[in-house]
Amino acid sequence: MVVDRTATIKPDDILVLSTLRNERVRLPYFLRYYRNLGVRHFLIVDNASDDGSREYLAAQDDVSLWTASASYKRARFGIDWMNWIARKHAHGHWTLTVDPDEFFVYPFADTRNLRALTDWLDASSIRSFGAMLLDMYPKGTLDAQAYREGQDPFEIAGWFDSGNYMITRNKVFGNLWIQGGPRARAFFADNPARAPALNKIPLVKWHRAYAYISSTHTLLPRGLNLVYDEWGGEKASGVLLHAKFLDTFAHKAEEELARKQHYAASHEYKAYAAKLADNPDLWCKWSEKYINWRQLEILGLMSKGNWA
Amino acid sequence: MSVGFVMIVHTALERAEQVARHWAKHDCPVVIHVDRKVKRRDFNDFVAQLADLGNVKFSQRFSCEWGTWSLVEASQAASELLLKEFPEVRHVYLASGSCLPLRPVQELKDYLAERPMTNFIESVTTEDVPWTVGGLDEERFSLRFPFSWKRRRRLFDWYVAFQRRWKIKRKIPDRLVPHLGSQWWCLTRQTLTAILEDPDRPTYDRYFSRVWIPDESYYQTLVRLYSTNIESRSLTLSKFDFQGKPHIFYDDHMQLLRRSDCFVARKIWPHAEKLYSGFLSDDASIFTGAEPNPAKIDRIFSKAVERRTKGRPGLYMQSRFPNEGWENGMTGAPYAVFEGFSELFEDFEDWLARAVGARVHGHLFAPDGVAYAGGQKVFAGALGDSVDVRDYNPRAFLTNLIWNTRGERQCFQFGPRDNQDISWDIAKDANATISVISGAWAVPLFYSNANFSEIRKEAARLQRIEAKHLDALRSFYAKARVRIWTLADFVENPMEPLQTIIDELGVRPSHRLTEAPRMVSLEGFGQFLQNLKNQGMQPHLMGDFPVSNTLNQPGKRTRKPYLVK
Repeated sequence: MVVDRTATIKPDDILVLSTLRNERVRLPYFLRYYRNLGVRHFLIVDNASDDGSREYLAAQDDVSLWTASASYKRARFGIDWMNWIARKHAHGHWTLTVDPDEFFVYPFADTRNLRALTDWLDASSIRSFGAMLLDMYPKGTLDAQAYREGQDPFEIAGWFDSGNYMITRNKVFGNLWIQGGPRARAFFADNPARAPALNKIPLVKWHRAYAYISSTHTLLPRGLNLVYDEWGGEKASGVLLHAKFLDTFAHKAEEELARKQHYAASHEYKAYAAKLADNPDLWCKWSEKYINWRQLEILGLMSKGNWA
Repeated sequence: MSVGFVMIVHTALERAEQVARHWAKHDCPVVIHVDRKVKRRDFNDFVAQLADLGNVKFSQRFSCEWGTWSLVEASQAASELLLKEFPEVRHVYLASGSCLPLRPVQELKDYLAERPMTNFIESVTTEDVPWTVGGLDEERFSLRFPFSWKRRRRLFDWYVAFQRRWKIKRKIPDRLVPHLGSQWWCLTRQTLTAILEDPDRPTYDRYFSRVWIPDESYYQTLVRLYSTNIESRSLTLSKFDFQGKPHIFYDDHMQLLRRSDCFVARKIWPHAEKLYSGFLSDDASIFTGAEPNPAKIDRIFSKAVERRTKGRPGLYMQSRFPNEGWENGMTGAPYAVFEGFSELFEDFEDWLARAVGARVHGHLFAPDGVAYAGGQKVFAGALGDSVDVRDYNPRAFLTNLIWNTRGERQCFQFGPRDNQDISWDIAKDANATISVISGAWAVPLFYSNANFSEIRKEAARLQRIEAKHLDALRSFYAKARVRIWTLADFVENPMEPLQTIIDELGVRPSHRLTEAPRMVSLEGFGQFLQNLKNQGMQPHLMGDFPVSNTLNQPGKRTRKPYLVK
């Protein structure tokens, strides 16, 4: 452990839990975004960064930092580390588990802070809150615009696919399995079964008995995965805007492929590498430009549920 | 002549203090009941904070739990203290710590002064209450509820079931007719003292102490004994969601609350800084003198309940994934499916697009590609043209297509050459209008250059597939609007069915068709079918097609298309 500031966590604080590797350029905006939402403390696992991420995070007053030298793959893609930290420090706290390129959007995000949401969830006896991963991309090739430190990544990657998502139910864990978006369209068009999962349950009122199983897609106990309504109604849900497709992506994909530390023999990164050689443009004439959460709710990507 | 407030408080003490101070400063005495579960130190701080106000008192503390008698006890004790200490009080207003006054206190005073004898309390007989949660309405009064619903749910449910099983019923005291209503009331001194000083009160209290959620029925029932001047509505705006839990108001409800013209609202989120600073200011500009009108607010909250319980039909997403049969409509909007038309007519798709102004696709489920209208590679919602992706989840492909194009009618071609996974889905979808020319798939075979043995095999395969599909369309489960013509019937008189189809699509105002699509020549087709028969295959879906070429001749009898559903 590098820096332990967990003693400063207050009983009602909302926490962010994250694991990362070489994300220095993204960190300032990431921290600012979540501080603005009302997050009070960051619990971060640094997976052997060598770009200054660790030093930068260690200097932040509201960050507790761990370093992990063991293999990311052997730690089941970071989930073991996160479960361990959550168990120790997040018990009883609303905890948002996100990567540095994931930005949480929820109903009324422009007028109500995260505390309003978690208070409402508490009052409604809801323990977990779903937010699907929404891949954002720029108009033009990925390397056309350089991301600057501190910049809102969605000034560049401001577009998304609104209506090409496919859902099935996972019978074992009860969660939904969502695939689609620009990744399925551009990288997995000939092998959609391999397209990455987009369903996520990032916001949980953590209990020491809970655990994430694979990334933040699936939780135990199973009841936590029931973030959808099965009888025709809509439960409230949010979206994780995914700022993966910036100019940093090609470099990242190469590096990850070389490290072979990703899920299912890194087939995902192999697919990226194969297409990235052509410098693709993910944008199409049916792409939607991101405006705000209300737009996402009208398009049916998220819902207010009965929160009014 | 004035109004006094009874405040029931258990959390967010600093907000309760702000509101109590507001009322006290405007010469309305306040008696506060603080839940005994609040820590002694917090309570003492709270009392000290309000010590500068002579007209704020604290009543005996009870430990309160939702749904139990303790809440009534708390309000009784506080009301008694208020009536005793402040003899000038004429109306007693029951409020909670998360209530917020929306209009100047003077307006409330004036309003009540004009109605000096009126009791404002929602009081409705059990038969007329639509909003009870948990299936308990009249049973609230006929069963006993000694166990906590919040802490000992199992025992609570077991005891209810036990009493139902053995038909154990309580006797409701004489004279009482059970009434229910919002627990936030405003009663006159006369009525309230009559309730509290009734010689039979011990009997009533004993009875209600075992009633379920007595704070919604104690005053609501007893008030009927002592007053005929009852306005059965609450002056407090309070909305409930589908689980019977109060909706919470936030800063972004400011305008809505302003326009409601209600006197008091609950529940307010304790951190709604703008609401508290806005409504507790002495800004006189918000005097309206209007009647309370909660209807404006009702709309957004009833919409929220509907969204939570019914959802948006045709939408499948991360928080709405209905079980089979609960979709409330498999797709989001009407659409039309044409089978055999583009095989029989050379320019059917263009013609249809011109005739009805809808979006007309080709064979969306074709094995060799997704034929979007206009040959597009990507369509609405960024749906791609990958056959693999489409066939990976054909139902999602269809429901996405219809959802993404809300407001624009979609039409597409379908046939036995296409992916049949969608066959039952469209048959069962009430939004689908399916028009079939059965056997028309043979026309391209007739024109094909393949060896006859292959044609014969392919014809048998396609016929088998279409027959199965027609079974789905004709089945008991089919909800789609289906019309089926055999090829022979259709070519006899194509204009009539085409007119019917166009009229039913109803996208544009109906008019007589002036232009027909160009039918391919069927000269020799009868012989072609005969050849198939000669090879031992029985093409039956086309209907009775004469061997000699006598079709398309004027003056022939026409048969009506038949409507399956």
